[in-house]
Amino acid sequence: MARPSARSASEPGVGWGLRVWSAGVIVLLLAPTVVVIPMSFSASETFQFPPEHWSLRWYQEFFTSPAWMSSLVTSLEVGLLVAALATVLGVLAAFGLDRARFNGREAIRSLIMAPMIMPGIVVAIAVYAVFLRWHLTGTLSGFVMAHTALAVPFVITTVTTSLSGYDRTVEAAAASLGAGPVATFHRITLPLLLPGVLSGFVFAFVTSLDEVVVALFLQTPDVRTIPVQMYDSIMLQIDPTIAAASSLIVLVTTIVLLIPLFVRRRSHS
Amino acid sequence: MATTMATASSDTIRVRRTAVRAWVGWFVLPATALLLVFFFYPLVIIIWRSFSDPQVGLSNYTALLNDDVSVRVLARTLYTALIVALCTLLISYPYAYAMTKAGRRARGVMTVLVLLPFWTSLMARNFAWYLLEQRGGLIEQLLAAVGIPGVVLLGSVTGAAVAMVQVMLPYMVLSLYSSMENIDRRLLDAACSLGAPRLTAFRKVYLPLSLPGVLSGFSLVFIMTLGFYITPTLLGSPQQALVSQLIASRVNGLLDFGGGGALGAVLLVITLLVLFTVGRTVRPAAALPQAVDRG
Repeated sequence: MARPSARSASEPGVGWGLRVWSAGVIVLLLAPTVVVIPMSFSASETFQFPPEHWSLRWYQEFFTSPAWMSSLVTSLEVGLLVAALATVLGVLAAFGLDRARFNGREAIRSLIMAPMIMPGIVVAIAVYAVFLRWHLTGTLSGFVMAHTALAVPFVITTVTTSLSGYDRTVEAAAASLGAGPVATFHRITLPLLLPGVLSGFVFAFVTSLDEVVVALFLQTPDVRTIPVQMYDSIMLQIDPTIAAASSLIVLVTTIVLLIPLFVRRRSHS
Repeated sequence: MATTMATASSDTIRVRRTAVRAWVGWFVLPATALLLVFFFYPLVIIIWRSFSDPQVGLSNYTALLNDDVSVRVLARTLYTALIVALCTLLISYPYAYAMTKAGRRARGVMTVLVLLPFWTSLMARNFAWYLLEQRGGLIEQLLAAVGIPGVVLLGSVTGAAVAMVQVMLPYMVLSLYSSMENIDRRLLDAACSLGAPRLTAFRKVYLPLSLPGVLSGFSLVFIMTLGFYITPTLLGSPQQALVSQLIASRVNGLLDFGGGGALGAVLLVITLLVLFTVGRTVRPAAALPQAVDRG
Protein backbone atom coordinates (compact mmCIF):
# COMPACT_ATOMS: atom_id res chain seq x y z
CA MET A 1 0.00 0.00 0.00
CA ALA A 2 1.40 3.39 -0.95
CA ARG A 3 1.60 5.50 2.15
CA PRO A 4 2.47 9.16 1.98
CA SER A 5 3.59 9.06 5.59
CA ALA A 6 6.82 7.28 4.84
CA ARG A 7 9.23 7.19 7.77
CA SER A 8 11.29 10.33 7.62
CA ALA A 9 14.91 10.76 8.51
CA SER A 10 14.61 13.62 10.98
CA GLU A 11 12.10 11.73 13.12
CA PRO A 12 13.05 8.54 14.83
CA GLY A 13 10.34 5.89 15.44
CA VAL A 14 7.91 6.13 18.31
CA GLY A 15 9.43 8.10 21.19
CA TRP A 16 9.37 6.98 24.82
CA GLY A 17 6.69 9.42 25.87
CA LEU A 18 4.36 8.11 23.18
CA ARG A 19 5.19 4.50 24.05
CA VAL A 20 4.35 4.94 27.72
CA TRP A 21 1.16 6.81 26.86
CA SER A 22 0.07 4.13 24.38
CA ALA A 23 0.78 1.39 26.92
CA GLY A 24 -1.42 3.28 29.38
CA VAL A 25 -4.22 3.50 26.81
CA ILE A 26 -3.93 -0.24 26.12
CA VAL A 27 -4.22 -0.95 29.84
CA LEU A 28 -7.28 1.31 30.02
CA LEU A 29 -8.81 -0.47 27.01
CA LEU A 30 -8.19 -4.00 28.20
CA ALA A 31 -8.00 -3.94 32.00
CA PRO A 32 -11.71 -3.56 32.72
CA THR A 33 -12.53 -6.56 30.57
CA VAL A 34 -9.84 -8.63 32.22
CA VAL A 35 -11.17 -7.79 35.70
CA VAL A 36 -14.28 -9.91 35.18
CA ILE A 37 -12.23 -13.09 34.73
CA PRO A 38 -10.81 -13.44 38.28
CA MET A 39 -14.19 -12.30 39.58
CA SER A 40 -15.86 -15.28 37.90
CA PHE A 41 -13.81 -17.69 40.03
CA SER A 42 -14.94 -16.12 43.29
CA ALA A 43 -16.52 -18.22 46.01
CA SER A 44 -18.38 -15.31 47.53
CA GLU A 45 -22.03 -14.39 47.07
CA THR A 46 -21.19 -10.71 46.85
CA PHE A 47 -19.42 -8.59 44.24
CA GLN A 48 -16.39 -8.23 46.50
CA PHE A 49 -13.30 -7.69 44.36
CA PRO A 50 -10.65 -9.03 44.41
CA PRO A 51 -12.24 -12.25 45.70
CA GLU A 52 -10.84 -13.86 48.85
CA HIS A 53 -11.79 -17.45 48.10
CA TRP A 54 -12.00 -19.26 44.82
CA SER A 55 -14.49 -21.68 43.30
CA LEU A 56 -16.21 -22.71 40.08
CA ARG A 57 -19.68 -22.35 41.55
CA TRP A 58 -20.73 -19.45 39.34
CA TYR A 59 -19.89 -21.39 36.19
CA GLN A 60 -21.91 -24.27 37.55
CA GLU A 61 -24.72 -21.85 38.36
CA PHE A 62 -24.56 -20.40 34.83
CA PHE A 63 -24.86 -23.77 33.12
CA THR A 64 -27.56 -25.15 35.43
CA SER A 65 -29.79 -22.13 36.01
CA PRO A 66 -32.88 -22.23 33.75
CA ALA A 67 -33.00 -18.43 33.59
CA TRP A 68 -29.40 -18.09 32.36
CA MET A 69 -29.64 -21.02 29.99
CA SER A 70 -32.86 -19.91 28.37
CA SER A 71 -31.49 -16.38 27.89
CA LEU A 72 -28.34 -17.88 26.36
CA VAL A 73 -30.41 -19.95 23.93
CA THR A 74 -32.53 -16.92 23.02
CA SER A 75 -29.43 -14.82 22.44
CA LEU A 76 -27.86 -17.42 20.18
CA GLU A 77 -31.07 -17.93 18.19
CA VAL A 78 -31.61 -14.21 17.76
CA GLY A 79 -27.93 -13.62 16.98
CA LEU A 80 -27.72 -16.27 14.27
CA LEU A 81 -30.98 -15.21 12.63
CA VAL A 82 -29.89 -11.57 12.72
CA ALA A 83 -26.48 -12.43 11.28
CA ALA A 84 -28.03 -14.42 8.42
CA LEU A 85 -30.68 -11.83 7.59
CA ALA A 86 -28.39 -8.83 7.96
CA THR A 87 -25.72 -10.48 5.81
CA VAL A 88 -28.13 -11.17 2.95
CA LEU A 89 -29.65 -7.68 3.07
CA GLY A 90 -26.30 -6.01 3.68
CA VAL A 91 -24.46 -7.77 0.82
CA LEU A 92 -27.28 -6.92 -1.59
CA ALA A 93 -27.41 -3.31 -0.46
CA ALA A 94 -23.63 -2.90 -0.60
CA PHE A 95 -23.74 -4.14 -4.19
CA GLY A 96 -26.54 -1.82 -5.13
CA LEU A 97 -24.76 1.14 -3.59
CA ASP A 98 -21.38 0.27 -5.09
CA ARG A 99 -22.36 -0.78 -8.61
CA ALA A 100 -25.48 1.11 -9.58
CA ARG A 101 -25.67 4.78 -10.42
CA PHE A 102 -29.04 6.20 -9.56
CA ASN A 103 -30.53 9.38 -8.20
CA GLY A 104 -30.62 9.65 -4.45
CA ARG A 105 -27.94 7.00 -3.99
CA GLU A 106 -26.12 9.05 -1.37
CA ALA A 107 -29.40 9.77 0.42
CA ILE A 108 -30.18 6.06 0.54
CA ARG A 109 -26.68 5.36 1.81
CA SER A 110 -26.98 7.80 4.71
CA LEU A 111 -30.45 6.43 5.43
CA ILE A 112 -29.16 2.87 5.69
CA MET A 113 -26.16 3.90 7.80
CA ALA A 114 -28.27 6.01 10.20
CA PRO A 115 -28.80 3.29 12.85
CA MET A 116 -25.11 3.50 13.71
CA ILE A 117 -25.43 7.04 14.92
CA MET A 118 -28.93 7.56 16.31
CA PRO A 119 -29.05 7.86 20.12
CA GLY A 120 -29.65 4.36 21.50
CA ILE A 121 -32.31 5.29 24.02
CA VAL A 122 -34.45 7.10 21.43
CA VAL A 123 -34.35 4.11 19.09
CA ALA A 124 -35.26 1.85 22.01
CA ILE A 125 -38.40 3.73 23.10
CA ALA A 126 -39.45 4.28 19.49
CA VAL A 127 -39.18 0.58 18.66
CA TYR A 128 -40.83 -0.31 21.97
CA ALA A 129 -43.84 1.94 21.34
CA VAL A 130 -44.46 0.51 17.87
CA PHE A 131 -43.71 -3.11 18.78
CA LEU A 132 -46.19 -2.93 21.68
CA ARG A 133 -48.93 -2.22 19.15
CA TRP A 134 -47.69 -4.88 16.73
CA HIS A 135 -47.44 -7.43 19.57
CA LEU A 136 -43.77 -7.96 18.79
CA THR A 137 -42.44 -7.36 22.32
CA GLY A 138 -41.23 -10.54 23.96
CA THR A 139 -41.10 -12.39 20.64
CA LEU A 140 -38.16 -13.83 18.77
CA SER A 141 -39.16 -12.06 15.54
CA GLY A 142 -39.37 -8.75 17.39
CA PHE A 143 -35.79 -9.07 18.61
CA VAL A 144 -34.60 -10.26 15.19
CA MET A 145 -36.17 -7.37 13.28
CA ALA A 146 -34.98 -4.67 15.69
CA HIS A 147 -31.44 -6.08 15.83
CA THR A 148 -31.22 -6.62 12.08
CA ALA A 149 -31.94 -2.93 11.52
CA LEU A 150 -29.02 -2.13 13.84
CA ALA A 151 -26.70 -4.74 12.29
CA VAL A 152 -27.19 -4.09 8.55
CA PRO A 153 -24.92 -0.99 8.49
CA PHE A 154 -21.99 -3.04 9.82
CA VAL A 155 -22.39 -5.63 7.06
CA ILE A 156 -22.64 -2.89 4.42
CA THR A 157 -19.48 -1.24 5.71
CA THR A 158 -17.38 -4.42 5.63
CA VAL A 159 -18.67 -5.53 2.22
CA THR A 160 -18.26 -2.05 0.73
CA THR A 161 -14.67 -2.04 1.94
CA SER A 162 -13.95 -5.34 0.21
CA LEU A 163 -15.76 -4.17 -2.93
CA SER A 164 -13.73 -1.01 -3.19
CA GLY A 165 -10.53 -2.95 -2.63
CA TYR A 166 -10.80 -5.36 -5.52
CA ASP A 167 -9.90 -5.38 -9.14
CA ARG A 168 -13.04 -5.19 -11.20
CA THR A 169 -11.33 -6.04 -14.49
CA VAL A 170 -11.51 -9.68 -13.34
CA GLU A 171 -15.27 -9.45 -13.77
CA ALA A 172 -14.92 -7.91 -17.19
CA ALA A 173 -12.55 -10.73 -18.09
CA ALA A 174 -15.10 -13.31 -16.97
CA ALA A 175 -17.80 -11.55 -18.94
CA SER A 176 -15.62 -11.38 -22.06
CA LEU A 177 -15.05 -15.13 -21.74
CA GLY A 178 -18.80 -15.57 -21.97
CA ALA A 179 -19.88 -15.78 -18.33
CA GLY A 180 -23.30 -14.27 -17.66
CA PRO A 181 -23.84 -11.86 -14.77
CA VAL A 182 -25.09 -14.61 -12.44
CA ALA A 183 -22.18 -16.93 -13.21
CA THR A 184 -19.74 -14.05 -12.85
CA PHE A 185 -21.18 -13.18 -9.46
CA HIS A 186 -21.19 -16.78 -8.30
CA ARG A 187 -17.77 -17.83 -9.60
CA ILE A 188 -15.75 -14.61 -9.39
CA THR A 189 -17.29 -11.90 -7.24
CA LEU A 190 -18.54 -13.94 -4.31
CA PRO A 191 -15.32 -15.88 -3.61
CA LEU A 192 -13.34 -12.63 -3.73
CA LEU A 193 -15.75 -10.96 -1.36
CA LEU A 194 -16.01 -13.87 1.04
CA PRO A 195 -13.69 -12.47 3.74
CA GLY A 196 -15.67 -9.21 3.80
CA VAL A 197 -18.97 -11.08 3.91
CA LEU A 198 -17.67 -13.29 6.71
CA SER A 199 -16.62 -10.29 8.81
CA GLY A 200 -20.02 -8.75 8.13
CA PHE A 201 -21.72 -11.90 9.40
CA VAL A 202 -19.57 -11.95 12.54
CA PHE A 203 -20.08 -8.23 13.23
CA ALA A 204 -23.84 -8.63 12.81
CA PHE A 205 -23.88 -11.60 15.18
CA VAL A 206 -21.84 -9.77 17.81
CA THR A 207 -23.93 -6.60 17.42
CA SER A 208 -27.03 -8.60 18.28
CA LEU A 209 -25.36 -10.64 21.01
CA ASP A 210 -24.16 -7.45 22.68
CA GLU A 211 -27.21 -5.22 22.25
CA VAL A 212 -28.79 -4.19 25.56
CA VAL A 213 -30.92 -1.09 25.30
CA VAL A 214 -33.52 -2.19 22.76
CA ALA A 215 -33.50 -5.71 24.25
CA LEU A 216 -34.22 -4.28 27.68
CA PHE A 217 -37.43 -2.72 26.39
CA LEU A 218 -38.50 -5.67 24.24
CA GLN A 219 -37.89 -8.34 26.89
CA THR A 220 -40.48 -10.24 28.86
CA PRO A 221 -39.68 -12.59 31.76
CA ASP A 222 -39.97 -15.51 29.32
CA VAL A 223 -38.11 -14.14 26.33
CA ARG A 224 -34.96 -12.23 27.15
CA THR A 225 -31.40 -12.16 25.91
CA ILE A 226 -28.16 -12.67 27.84
CA PRO A 227 -27.34 -8.94 28.21
CA VAL A 228 -30.78 -8.35 29.75
CA GLN A 229 -30.21 -11.18 32.20
CA MET A 230 -26.82 -9.63 33.03
CA TYR A 231 -28.42 -6.23 33.53
CA ASP A 232 -30.94 -7.69 35.96
CA SER A 233 -28.25 -9.51 37.88
CA ILE A 234 -26.61 -6.18 38.70
CA MET A 235 -29.66 -3.93 39.02
CA LEU A 236 -32.26 -6.17 40.64
CA GLN A 237 -30.37 -8.93 42.39
CA ILE A 238 -26.70 -9.20 43.30
CA ASP A 239 -26.04 -12.35 41.28
CA PRO A 240 -22.32 -13.11 40.75
CA THR A 241 -23.26 -15.52 37.96
CA ILE A 242 -22.85 -12.43 35.77
CA ALA A 243 -19.10 -12.70 36.27
CA ALA A 244 -19.05 -16.20 34.79
CA ALA A 245 -21.39 -15.08 31.99
CA SER A 246 -19.22 -12.03 31.23
CA SER A 247 -16.03 -14.08 31.12
CA LEU A 248 -17.58 -16.65 28.80
CA ILE A 249 -18.98 -13.96 26.50
CA VAL A 250 -15.69 -12.09 26.36
CA LEU A 251 -13.90 -15.35 25.55
CA VAL A 252 -16.38 -16.41 22.87
CA THR A 253 -16.65 -13.01 21.16
CA THR A 254 -12.88 -12.64 21.11
CA ILE A 255 -12.50 -16.02 19.41
CA VAL A 256 -15.35 -15.36 16.98
CA LEU A 257 -13.92 -11.97 16.05
CA LEU A 258 -10.45 -13.31 15.44
CA ILE A 259 -11.76 -15.89 12.91
CA PRO A 260 -12.26 -13.45 10.00
CA LEU A 261 -8.90 -11.92 10.82
CA PHE A 262 -7.14 -15.27 10.41
CA VAL A 263 -9.14 -16.22 7.33
CA ARG A 264 -8.05 -12.92 5.82
CA ARG A 265 -4.43 -13.52 6.79
CA ARG A 266 -4.53 -16.92 5.15
CA SER A 267 -6.18 -15.68 1.97
CA HIS A 268 -3.53 -12.95 1.73
CA SER A 269 -0.58 -15.27 2.04
CA MET B 1 -9.20 -6.48 -38.31
CA ALA B 2 -8.13 -7.73 -34.92
CA THR B 3 -8.43 -4.24 -33.51
CA THR B 4 -11.98 -3.83 -34.78
CA MET B 5 -12.99 -7.08 -33.16
CA ALA B 6 -11.43 -6.07 -29.88
CA THR B 7 -13.30 -2.76 -29.90
CA ALA B 8 -16.52 -4.51 -30.80
CA SER B 9 -16.28 -6.99 -27.93
CA SER B 10 -15.32 -4.33 -25.40
CA ASP B 11 -18.36 -2.39 -26.61
CA THR B 12 -20.62 -5.34 -25.87
CA ILE B 13 -19.12 -5.60 -22.43
CA ARG B 14 -19.74 -1.95 -21.82
CA VAL B 15 -23.36 -2.26 -22.97
CA ARG B 16 -23.89 -5.29 -20.75
CA ARG B 17 -22.36 -3.56 -17.76
CA THR B 18 -24.52 -0.48 -18.12
CA ALA B 19 -27.55 -2.76 -18.23
CA VAL B 20 -26.31 -4.52 -15.11
CA ARG B 21 -25.87 -1.18 -13.36
CA ALA B 22 -29.49 -0.24 -13.79
CA TRP B 23 -31.02 -3.31 -12.18
CA VAL B 24 -28.36 -3.76 -9.51
CA GLY B 25 -29.74 -0.56 -7.99
CA TRP B 26 -32.81 -2.50 -6.85
CA PHE B 27 -30.56 -4.54 -4.56
CA VAL B 28 -30.75 -1.76 -1.96
CA LEU B 29 -34.50 -2.24 -1.73
CA PRO B 30 -34.79 -5.08 0.87
CA ALA B 31 -32.45 -3.43 3.37
CA THR B 32 -34.09 -0.04 2.85
CA ALA B 33 -37.54 -1.54 3.31
CA LEU B 34 -36.55 -3.29 6.54
CA LEU B 35 -35.06 -0.11 7.94
CA LEU B 36 -38.05 1.96 6.92
CA VAL B 37 -40.47 -0.37 8.68
CA PHE B 38 -38.51 -1.36 11.78
CA PHE B 39 -36.34 1.70 12.34
CA PHE B 40 -37.57 4.90 10.72
CA TYR B 41 -41.30 4.31 11.06
CA PRO B 42 -40.92 3.86 14.87
CA LEU B 43 -38.83 7.05 15.03
CA VAL B 44 -41.46 9.00 13.09
CA ILE B 45 -44.22 7.60 15.31
CA ILE B 46 -42.44 8.49 18.55
CA ILE B 47 -41.91 12.05 17.33
CA TRP B 48 -45.52 12.25 16.21
CA ARG B 49 -46.63 11.02 19.64
CA SER B 50 -44.59 13.76 21.29
CA PHE B 51 -46.91 16.20 19.49
CA SER B 52 -50.14 14.25 19.88
CA ASP B 53 -50.10 12.24 23.13
CA PRO B 54 -52.19 12.98 25.24
CA GLN B 55 -53.57 15.76 22.99
CA VAL B 56 -52.46 17.34 19.72
CA GLY B 57 -50.26 20.37 20.32
CA LEU B 58 -47.04 21.43 21.93
CA SER B 59 -48.09 20.52 25.47
CA ASN B 60 -45.28 18.00 25.95
CA TYR B 61 -42.71 20.57 24.89
CA THR B 62 -44.07 23.40 27.01
CA ALA B 63 -44.19 20.98 29.94
CA LEU B 64 -40.57 20.03 29.25
CA LEU B 65 -39.41 23.66 29.17
CA ASN B 66 -41.32 24.53 32.34
CA ASP B 67 -40.01 21.50 34.19
CA ASP B 68 -36.86 22.42 36.11
CA VAL B 69 -35.81 18.80 36.38
CA SER B 70 -35.95 18.14 32.64
CA VAL B 71 -34.02 21.29 31.79
CA ARG B 72 -31.39 20.58 34.44
CA VAL B 73 -31.06 16.97 33.26
CA LEU B 74 -30.67 18.09 29.63
CA ALA B 75 -27.99 20.60 30.60
CA ARG B 76 -26.17 17.97 32.68
CA THR B 77 -26.31 15.53 29.77
CA LEU B 78 -24.85 18.02 27.29
CA TYR B 79 -22.13 18.99 29.75
CA THR B 80 -21.26 15.35 30.51
CA ALA B 81 -21.13 14.48 26.80
CA LEU B 82 -18.78 17.44 26.18
CA ILE B 83 -16.46 16.41 29.00
CA VAL B 84 -16.49 12.76 27.90
CA ALA B 85 -15.71 13.73 24.29
CA LEU B 86 -12.90 16.02 25.43
CA CYS B 87 -11.28 13.43 27.73
CA THR B 88 -11.60 10.75 25.05
CA LEU B 89 -9.91 13.06 22.55
CA LEU B 90 -7.01 13.93 24.88
CA ILE B 91 -6.40 10.26 25.71
CA SER B 92 -6.73 9.03 22.14
CA TYR B 93 -4.76 11.63 20.19
CA PRO B 94 -1.27 10.49 21.22
CA TYR B 95 -2.27 6.85 20.72
CA ALA B 96 -3.57 7.46 17.19
CA TYR B 97 -0.45 9.51 16.46
CA ALA B 98 1.73 6.66 17.70
CA MET B 99 -0.20 4.32 15.37
CA THR B 100 0.82 6.38 12.35
CA LYS B 101 4.46 6.31 13.38
CA ALA B 102 4.63 2.65 14.39
CA GLY B 103 5.88 -0.03 12.04
CA ARG B 104 3.45 -2.18 10.08
CA ARG B 105 3.37 -4.99 12.62
CA ALA B 106 3.06 -2.80 15.70
CA ARG B 107 0.30 -0.84 14.00
CA GLY B 108 -1.62 -4.04 13.35
CA VAL B 109 -1.35 -5.05 16.99
CA MET B 110 -2.38 -1.57 18.16
CA THR B 111 -5.42 -1.69 15.87
CA VAL B 112 -6.55 -5.10 17.09
CA LEU B 113 -6.10 -3.99 20.72
CA VAL B 114 -8.44 -1.07 20.03
CA LEU B 115 -10.97 -3.19 18.15
CA LEU B 116 -11.23 -6.08 20.59
CA PRO B 117 -12.78 -4.09 23.44
CA PHE B 118 -14.99 -2.32 20.90
CA TRP B 119 -16.57 -5.63 20.04
CA THR B 120 -16.46 -7.36 23.41
CA SER B 121 -19.56 -7.24 25.51
CA LEU B 122 -20.66 -3.82 26.66
CA MET B 123 -22.45 -5.42 29.62
CA ALA B 124 -19.26 -7.20 30.69
CA ARG B 125 -17.42 -3.88 30.62
CA ASN B 126 -20.14 -2.11 32.57
CA PHE B 127 -19.98 -4.89 35.14
CA ALA B 128 -16.21 -4.56 35.30
CA TRP B 129 -16.49 -0.83 35.95
CA TYR B 130 -19.08 -1.58 38.61
CA LEU B 131 -16.53 -3.83 40.35
CA LEU B 132 -13.74 -1.27 40.03
CA GLU B 133 -15.81 1.72 41.15
CA GLN B 134 -17.78 0.14 44.01
CA ARG B 135 -17.17 0.92 47.68
CA GLY B 136 -13.93 -0.78 48.65
CA GLY B 137 -13.14 -1.36 44.96
CA LEU B 138 -9.75 -1.05 43.29
CA ILE B 139 -10.19 2.59 42.31
CA GLU B 140 -11.00 3.66 45.86
CA GLN B 141 -8.02 1.66 47.16
CA LEU B 142 -5.64 3.08 44.54
CA LEU B 143 -6.72 6.65 45.19
CA ALA B 144 -6.42 6.10 48.94
CA ALA B 145 -2.90 4.76 48.39
CA VAL B 146 -1.85 8.01 46.72
CA GLY B 147 -3.45 10.04 49.49
CA ILE B 148 -6.97 10.73 48.22
CA PRO B 149 -9.13 8.56 50.48
CA GLY B 150 -12.87 7.97 50.38
CA VAL B 151 -13.57 8.40 46.66
CA VAL B 152 -16.39 6.10 45.55
CA LEU B 153 -17.17 6.70 41.89
CA LEU B 154 -20.10 4.27 41.71
CA GLY B 155 -23.40 6.08 41.90
CA SER B 156 -22.24 9.40 40.47
CA VAL B 157 -22.14 11.04 37.05
CA THR B 158 -18.36 10.93 37.27
CA GLY B 159 -18.49 7.16 37.71
CA ALA B 160 -20.62 6.84 34.59
CA ALA B 161 -18.44 9.32 32.66
CA VAL B 162 -15.23 7.40 33.38
CA ALA B 163 -16.74 4.23 31.93
CA MET B 164 -18.18 6.10 28.95
CA VAL B 165 -14.73 7.49 28.13
CA GLN B 166 -13.34 3.96 28.05
CA VAL B 167 -16.21 2.67 25.91
CA MET B 168 -15.77 5.54 23.45
CA LEU B 169 -11.98 5.29 23.06
CA PRO B 170 -12.07 2.95 20.02
CA TYR B 171 -14.38 5.30 18.10
CA MET B 172 -12.11 8.24 18.76
CA VAL B 173 -8.83 6.44 18.07
CA LEU B 174 -10.07 5.12 14.73
CA SER B 175 -11.58 8.45 13.65
CA LEU B 176 -8.31 10.20 14.43
CA TYR B 177 -6.19 7.51 12.83
CA SER B 178 -8.16 7.42 9.59
CA SER B 179 -7.53 11.12 9.19
CA MET B 180 -3.92 11.14 10.43
CA GLU B 181 -2.74 8.33 8.17
CA ASN B 182 -3.32 10.59 5.18
CA ILE B 183 -1.12 13.37 6.52
CA ASP B 184 2.15 13.62 4.66
CA ARG B 185 4.78 13.52 7.39
CA ARG B 186 7.35 15.07 5.06
CA LEU B 187 5.60 18.37 5.69
CA LEU B 188 6.92 18.12 9.25
CA ASP B 189 10.43 17.53 7.92
CA ALA B 190 10.03 20.53 5.68
CA ALA B 191 9.00 22.70 8.61
CA CYS B 192 11.92 21.42 10.69
CA SER B 193 14.42 21.94 7.91
CA LEU B 194 13.20 25.52 7.62
CA GLY B 195 14.19 25.96 11.25
CA ALA B 196 11.01 25.29 13.19
CA PRO B 197 11.51 23.43 16.47
CA ARG B 198 9.83 20.00 16.47
CA LEU B 199 7.03 21.09 18.80
CA THR B 200 6.28 24.23 16.79
CA ALA B 201 6.27 22.23 13.59
CA PHE B 202 3.82 19.81 15.16
CA ARG B 203 1.56 22.58 16.43
CA LYS B 204 1.58 24.65 13.26
CA VAL B 205 1.59 21.89 10.65
CA TYR B 206 0.43 18.53 11.98
CA LEU B 207 -2.26 19.65 14.40
CA PRO B 208 -4.22 21.72 11.86
CA LEU B 209 -3.99 18.90 9.30
CA SER B 210 -5.41 16.44 11.83
CA LEU B 211 -8.37 18.70 12.68
CA PRO B 212 -10.88 16.91 10.39
CA GLY B 213 -10.28 13.69 12.34
CA VAL B 214 -10.50 15.54 15.64
CA LEU B 215 -13.78 17.13 14.60
CA SER B 216 -15.37 13.91 13.36
CA GLY B 217 -14.18 11.88 16.37
CA PHE B 218 -15.29 14.54 18.81
CA SER B 219 -18.77 14.90 17.33
CA LEU B 220 -19.19 11.14 17.03
CA VAL B 221 -18.33 10.58 20.70
CA PHE B 222 -20.44 13.56 21.75
CA ILE B 223 -23.51 12.28 19.89
CA MET B 224 -23.15 8.70 21.06
CA THR B 225 -22.59 9.73 24.68
CA LEU B 226 -25.86 11.69 24.64
CA GLY B 227 -27.77 8.47 23.98
CA PHE B 228 -25.99 6.21 26.49
CA TYR B 229 -28.49 4.51 28.73
CA ILE B 230 -27.02 1.37 30.30
CA THR B 231 -23.83 2.91 31.65
CA PRO B 232 -25.45 5.86 33.48
CA THR B 233 -28.18 3.59 34.82
CA LEU B 234 -25.76 1.01 36.23
CA LEU B 235 -22.93 3.31 37.32
CA GLY B 236 -24.57 6.71 37.69
CA SER B 237 -27.30 7.86 40.01
CA PRO B 238 -31.01 8.65 39.66
CA GLN B 239 -30.37 11.85 41.65
CA GLN B 240 -27.91 13.02 38.98
CA ALA B 241 -29.81 11.48 36.07
CA LEU B 242 -28.86 11.91 32.44
CA VAL B 243 -31.54 12.43 29.83
CA SER B 244 -31.65 8.77 28.80
CA GLN B 245 -32.53 7.76 32.36
CA LEU B 246 -35.28 10.37 32.43
CA ILE B 247 -36.68 9.15 29.09
CA ALA B 248 -36.66 5.55 30.26
CA SER B 249 -38.37 6.34 33.54
CA ARG B 250 -41.10 8.26 31.72
CA VAL B 251 -41.69 5.41 29.30
CA ASN B 252 -41.23 2.46 31.67
CA GLY B 253 -42.87 3.75 34.78
CA LEU B 254 -45.58 5.98 33.38
CA LEU B 255 -45.95 4.71 29.79
CA ASP B 256 -45.70 8.42 28.97
CA PHE B 257 -44.61 8.05 25.33
CA GLY B 258 -45.51 11.68 24.65
CA GLY B 259 -43.24 13.12 27.34
CA GLY B 260 -40.49 10.57 26.73
CA GLY B 261 -40.82 11.16 23.00
CA ALA B 262 -40.44 14.93 23.44
CA LEU B 263 -37.15 14.44 25.32
CA GLY B 264 -36.11 11.93 22.65
CA ALA B 265 -36.96 14.41 19.91
CA VAL B 266 -34.72 16.99 21.59
CA LEU B 267 -31.86 14.45 21.54
CA LEU B 268 -32.54 13.64 17.89
CA VAL B 269 -32.55 17.31 16.94
CA ILE B 270 -29.23 17.89 18.73
CA THR B 271 -27.79 14.82 16.99
CA LEU B 272 -28.93 15.96 13.56
CA LEU B 273 -27.72 19.51 14.19
CA VAL B 274 -24.25 18.23 15.06
CA LEU B 275 -24.27 15.94 12.02
CA PHE B 276 -25.28 18.69 9.63
CA THR B 277 -22.80 21.17 11.09
CA VAL B 278 -19.90 18.78 10.91
CA GLY B 279 -21.16 17.39 7.64
CA ARG B 280 -20.20 14.17 6.00
CA THR B 281 -16.94 13.78 7.88
CA VAL B 282 -18.65 11.80 10.64
CA ARG B 283 -18.47 8.22 9.50
CA PRO B 284 -19.11 6.20 12.64
CA ALA B 285 -17.71 2.75 12.14
CA ALA B 286 -16.54 3.39 8.62
CA ALA B 287 -13.03 3.29 9.97
CA LEU B 288 -13.51 -0.04 11.71
CA PRO B 289 -13.47 -2.76 9.07
CA GLN B 290 -10.87 -0.88 7.06
CA ALA B 291 -8.75 -0.88 10.15
CA VAL B 292 -9.27 -4.64 10.42
CA ASP B 293 -8.24 -4.97 6.79
CA ARG B 294 -5.00 -3.25 7.49
CA GLY B 295 -4.45 -5.02 10.75
